[in-house]
Amino acid sequence: MGMTMTQKILAVHAGMKEVHPGQMIKARLDLVLGNDITTPVAIEEFNRIGVKKVFDKGKIAIVPDHFTPNKDIKSAENCRLVREFSREMEIEHYFEIGRMGIEHALIPEQGLAVPGDVIIGADSHTCTYGALGAFSTGMGSTDMAVGMATGEAWFKVPEAIRIKLKGRLGEWVCGKDVILHIIGMIGVDGARYQSMEYCGEGVGSLSMDDRFTIANMAIEAGAKNGIFEVDGRTLEYVSEHSDRLPVIFQADSDAKYSRVIELNLPEIKPTVAFPHLPENTRAIDDVRDINIDQVVIGSCTNGRLEDLRMAAKVLKCGKVNPRVRAIIIPATQKIYLQAMKEGLLEIFIEAGAVVSTPTCGPCLGGHMGVLAKGERAVATTNRNFVGRMGHPESEIYLASPAVAAASAIKGKISSPEEVVG
Amino acid sequence: MIKGKVFKYGDNVDTDVIIPARYLNISDRAELASHCMEDIDAEFVKNVKPGDIIAAGKNFGCGSSREHAPLVIKLSGIKCIIAETFARIFYRNAINIGLPILECAAAAKDIENGDLVEVDIKTGRITNITKCRFYQAESFPEFMQGIMEAEGLINYVRKRVKDL
Ligand code: SF4
Repeated sequence: MGMTMTQKILAVHAGMKEVHPGQMIKARLDLVLGNDITTPVAIEEFNRIGVKKVFDKGKIAIVPDHFTPNKDIKSAENCRLVREFSREMEIEHYFEIGRMGIEHALIPEQGLAVPGDVIIGADSHTCTYGALGAFSTGMGSTDMAVGMATGEAWFKVPEAIRIKLKGRLGEWVCGKDVILHIIGMIGVDGARYQSMEYCGEGVGSLSMDDRFTIANMAIEAGAKNGIFEVDGRTLEYVSEHSDRLPVIFQADSDAKYSRVIELNLPEIKPTVAFPHLPENTRAIDDVRDINIDQVVIGSCTNGRLEDLRMAAKVLKCGKVNPRVRAIIIPATQKIYLQAMKEGLLEIFIEAGAVVSTPTCGPCLGGHMGVLAKGERAVATTNRNFVGRMGHPESEIYLASPAVAAASAIKGKISSPEEVVG
Repeated sequence: MIKGKVFKYGDNVDTDVIIPARYLNISDRAELASHCMEDIDAEFVKNVKPGDIIAAGKNFGCGSSREHAPLVIKLSGIKCIIAETFARIFYRNAINIGLPILECAAAAKDIENGDLVEVDIKTGRITNITKCRFYQAESFPEFMQGIMEAEGLINYVRKRVKDL
């Protein structure tokens, strides 16, 4: 029987010729990832296993990014634990403040994910690296502990949804709009326990940053992973960031899919997800007069260079509305620096926005922009659940950097076209 | 055999309402557990008793990978979760920490808040004592039963590491 991209990668890592959906396998891991929230729990579990060393100190990445720079004493203690463990185990890819970034922007940038890899992370958005044609998926701390000890994890081989992309996106439309559109169509459990496999000529028109955003939010559709066909652009990205050799897996022509979705990229409009689920989407034209208090541009979904460039293109044309707080968070130090060189940070500050050092911060209501009761935010983040960015009675509208920037100027959810004439 | 009173919730109960991120820096387990389900049911922690059961609709546990979510539910005394479906990371986290969960649409639809319910994890048989009804959930694959029997993945792996 034919296999999908994901199934082929899993089969090779399980040392098997073939796997089929639903099968339980144990697979070899190329990278095990953790952050400052999930790693402390994983360390506790790791110590219970009774091994003295990690399976491979070059194949573990630890990134304190959620509550850092430490927002309070408890966070500082957690980070200390993680730091001490990393030193003791001689973890090669531990990223201290000053060299760090939001993990899912940082890992590809550091060349730690390449096509054909199997990667697990104790963070749900680990699925981001599927943009590079890797199999990567989020798990819990226990899985991270066992992964660090044995270099293996158990998997249930997923079925797949095939998503064929056609054409290219219109102006002011980006990867965020594509994935919000898909989630709006299939729902927050529409791809539950499946992989979302992107293919077709439309893939070639998407930048790597767009692909990262789309793969990043696979979890918001309930998927196990999202994965893109590898093309010239992927290989170029990999050769610029990593010395490792990519291994390219293509789906068999007779692979089985539970569903095939055809998406015409030119038809996708800027899209906004209303509270309190990412599936509550509306095209921007159907959004009427929603006043906002805060805008957040950042996160592992949309804190990359192209996102900042897009936001700057809009914020160049106006000032942040006096009723709005605009918070912009480049996802990694490298992105931060490049944004500075390109003059983007200056545009943001001139417009009246705050620019922060890389951190997850407000994305999970941690710090750097927590919402009060009744407040509304437009955010380029990935979740708008109850209480996600602060008070349980606050509201989050998910959108692209262009829409978020336009909304910051207008003081209500707006299309970039209303700002940039 | 698990027997207890049911706390019933709807679809898409996410990890942010099970344990809000604002508490994730708490390492004291009892303190962490005192915030279980706080944003969806402020009374839950007051009313739950050891042995009780949660029943819910579709996609229970969607959202983040925080293991704190199944953990606080387990710490609160809940012995089993029955749902129409579970989000996948929550599903594996629950199994990995030894919290039994069952997928059963019929039970999830029929069982109401406050019902007294009995669950046999091995066979997947669910009995609604209040309503005098039975439901059959799919039982776990063998591999997972091994993890459940060891009361979690760590014990399961520890045995394997020792045997090497
Ligand atoms: S930016 Fe948000 S979604 Fe991404 S890793 Fe951080 S908290 Fe999670």
